[in-house]
Amino acid sequence: MNTLELVFYLFAFIVVLSAMGVVFSRKLMYSAFSLLFTFFGVAGLYAVLNADFLAVVQIMIYVGGILVLIIFGVMLTSKVTGVDIVSGGTGKTLYIGSTVVSAAMLFFLTYLYNTVNWHLPEVTKYSETSLDAIGNLLLTKYVLTFLVAAILLLIAFIGAALIARKGN
Amino acid sequence: MGIGLTHFLILSGILFSLGIFGIATRKNAILVLMSLELILNSANINFVAFSRFGGVNIEGQIAALFVIVLAAAEVAVALAIVLNIYQNYHHVNVDEINQMKG
Repeated sequence: MNTLELVFYLFAFIVVLSAMGVVFSRKLMYSAFSLLFTFFGVAGLYAVLNADFLAVVQIMIYVGGILVLIIFGVMLTSKVTGVDIVSGGTGKTLYIGSTVVSAAMLFFLTYLYNTVNWHLPEVTKYSETSLDAIGNLLLTKYVLTFLVAAILLLIAFIGAALIARKGN
Repeated sequence: MGIGLTHFLILSGILFSLGIFGIATRKNAILVLMSLELILNSANINFVAFSRFGGVNIEGQIAALFVIVLAAAEVAVALAIVLNIYQNYHHVNVDEINQMKG
């Protein structure tokens, strides 16, 4: 087992374990902190996949932005401070049903991924760093998408600020 | 054999199923949002894995980048809506919110 495999299995272990922590933990704050480890693990997987820029973006946006926003959301939607916020389940039948459905989906996906004969060309040249290529493509081929994404972000944040304002 | 495409795909499958499970079973709207983030991350892992192994080259990473941008916009708007719901109902349980005008 070489180093790359070892690193992959380490990050995969972190991701799966902390994702289970997010879903199964009773306390909302524990879920939020488990999500932190999931995002870090996914960033590590991007690094394993030679996507260094995406790994940095994952840490900056997900951990630095989205997670902080979610933790703010957890704190702002609790009545009393100092009491653990518990997320209740939705009853026994629905619980069993969704367990069955998601397990079936997992088996189906695993079966699909194992049996489909993916087209895998020989990767002859793969750039050491992806930053140059991403920058070039974003400002040439995908410049329109880039601008639309920028406008979408602006509109979304203005809209979010308008909606969250008190007493509108 | 080393680490191939299938390893990453199965990992993202596990993440996706966990996200679906969280969305279906939990009441709290914030936890539903967190599960949604898990699903988006699993999709992103697929994009980047195919960009590495499937010959899509760098364009898969660009798709993943736009997914991250959309996730940021989505979570901002969704949390604003959740805060508004909390002001009206004093809880954020998604199965008890049944009025359009609070």
